[in-house]
Amino acid sequence: MHVISEKLLGGKQGAVNLLILALLLFVIFPLWLDLFRLNLLGKYVTYAYVAVGLVLLWGNGGILSLGQGIFFGLGGYCMAMFLKLEASDPVSTKIQTTPGIPDFMDWNQITEIPFFWEPFKSLPLTLLLILLVPTFLALIIGFAMFKRRVGGVYFSIITQAIALILSILIVGQQGYTGGVNGITDLRTLLGWDIRTDGAKYLLYYINAGLLILCILLSRYILTSKFGMLLLAMRDKEERVRFSGYDVSNFKIFIFCIAAMISAVGGAMFTLQVGFMSPSFVGIVPSIEMVIFAAVGGRMSLIGAVYGTLLVNFGKTMFSETYPELWLFLMGGLFIAVVMFFPDGLAGVYDKYATRFNLAGRIAKVIQKISKKALKTVGEEA
Amino acid sequence: MSNTDYLLAIEDLTVSFDGFKAVDALSMYIDNNELRVVIGPNGAGKTTVLDLICGKTKSTSGSIKFKNKELTKLAEHEIVRAGVGRKFQTPSIYENLSVYQNLEVSYPVGRSVWGSLTFKRTPELAERVNRIAAEVLLTDQLQMEAALLSHGQKQWLEIGMLLMQDPELLMLDEPVAGMSAKERDQTAELLNRISQNRSVLVIEHDMEFVKKIAHKVTVLHQGKILAEGSMDKIQLDEKVIEVYLGH
Repeated sequence: MHVISEKLLGGKQGAVNLLILALLLFVIFPLWLDLFRLNLLGKYVTYAYVAVGLVLLWGNGGILSLGQGIFFGLGGYCMAMFLKLEASDPVSTKIQTTPGIPDFMDWNQITEIPFFWEPFKSLPLTLLLILLVPTFLALIIGFAMFKRRVGGVYFSIITQAIALILSILIVGQQGYTGGVNGITDLRTLLGWDIRTDGAKYLLYYINAGLLILCILLSRYILTSKFGMLLLAMRDKEERVRFSGYDVSNFKIFIFCIAAMISAVGGAMFTLQVGFMSPSFVGIVPSIEMVIFAAVGGRMSLIGAVYGTLLVNFGKTMFSETYPELWLFLMGGLFIAVVMFFPDGLAGVYDKYATRFNLAGRIAKVIQKISKKALKTVGEEA
Repeated sequence: MSNTDYLLAIEDLTVSFDGFKAVDALSMYIDNNELRVVIGPNGAGKTTVLDLICGKTKSTSGSIKFKNKELTKLAEHEIVRAGVGRKFQTPSIYENLSVYQNLEVSYPVGRSVWGSLTFKRTPELAERVNRIAAEVLLTDQLQMEAALLSHGQKQWLEIGMLLMQDPELLMLDEPVAGMSAKERDQTAELLNRISQNRSVLVIEHDMEFVKKIAHKVTVLHQGKILAEGSMDKIQLDEKVIEVYLGH
């Protein structure tokens, strides 16, 4: 029990912080927000997966990837391909030249489903590929880069180039990928309509639950010896290498994990928003994700989630009124955070939380409330 | 090259950077439990020799055999695992980890990705960290952030990190640089203690310090060995006085 609380929850403070996040996501937001806003929030939560991955990769490992959109996008596309095939049954596509294939393929004079779409006819296989395709790509990129000791700014630029290449590839291969519009008009998952209110609620909860799981997994990695090695590598890579560790393997592994977590977010994005497009793969979304993590705190798994939600909330609020100013504001925000709060919101919170023993106080309040609740339940019974 | 009884046998080792031979057909042998000091003027190739042994620099030709195992073909981490530890010239420690964690990172268990994920902190680890912290005089600083240590303490910490690996050959690049006189004496004692059951190869400029520790001294000059022998013999060597010690 002790080991679990230390390893997964990060001690008392970590457990309380996680509990607050879970309360917000599972209870407060669903009660407070209408379905439209909640669905919007669910979309932001899917970005938070990428930010959590960046906390592992960038915050702790010191490896700045400016191409995490690649993995978010691939996860999302894998999910979208399955849903699109299901939406393209011969009956609903009977007006096409070739019924039974996705509409955009028909528009591009393709007459049969390409071979790489075949595995996405099966849901179990799709779920597996959502995890494996992005992770495998990360493995190849990681192997090529880290074994040759490409690091720092060179790595960032290369990941950015790959993000650009992938988005151009998707746009260019319209017949196979849906092009610039992406894969749209997704309706059902094994016959279950994902566009209904009930489905939206359920998907929101699955989304939030998976995010908490990813945070727990990340927490486990960071509290293990691996996590300590990440920090050591970030500081003095040579010293770690000359202490008998094959540094490149550690970097490849954490890059793959960050990719996999991002891919889960991408798949959840497709399910909740109902489409996937190349605009979530390229350079701009990839850099935005880094800003989310930086604002929330690149060393804090939970901070990164708040950072993502807050920046996106700000974006929605602000861009409704001043759309053209938003990008400047976001750039300014990033510079300000890096200059004045290098540990982001989490850094500010930690500073005051430890000063006022916030975790202890909140734990007490929760204890009191639960005791009272139990008492009331007892009296009623 | 035939097998030898030496712990480390360097033969005909050459490295050339764009035609400049930083180390030129060097041969050198180190015994078990020997404490060898390498001295020489700036640019003599001292640090390059350490770089070649630990795999940081790849040799152009020649061989380095450690316990009759060829090192020149191995990756850095494989050389460390074979039993060679190396301390860098400027203290190379993890500033944002505690002294305890610095030592723990160097513990030679859980060195693979999977091993580090499933690594469990054992009583043996704690015992070893405490014993080595005492050895390098850092017991009181174990929970301190390593960045807050004094320069001399950082040097000791890095030596402690190497001791955690329990290497059979310990290579130290200028271990007393920037230390006070008292710290130098303590370091000399430390090196004499730890060389009792392992070989140590030290690069150093401070002749007083060298006298306190060296079993045997090698003088390098322009990538070649100028002289080798006991300290007393070296100090009287005409060539050494000419290029290094001065008149």
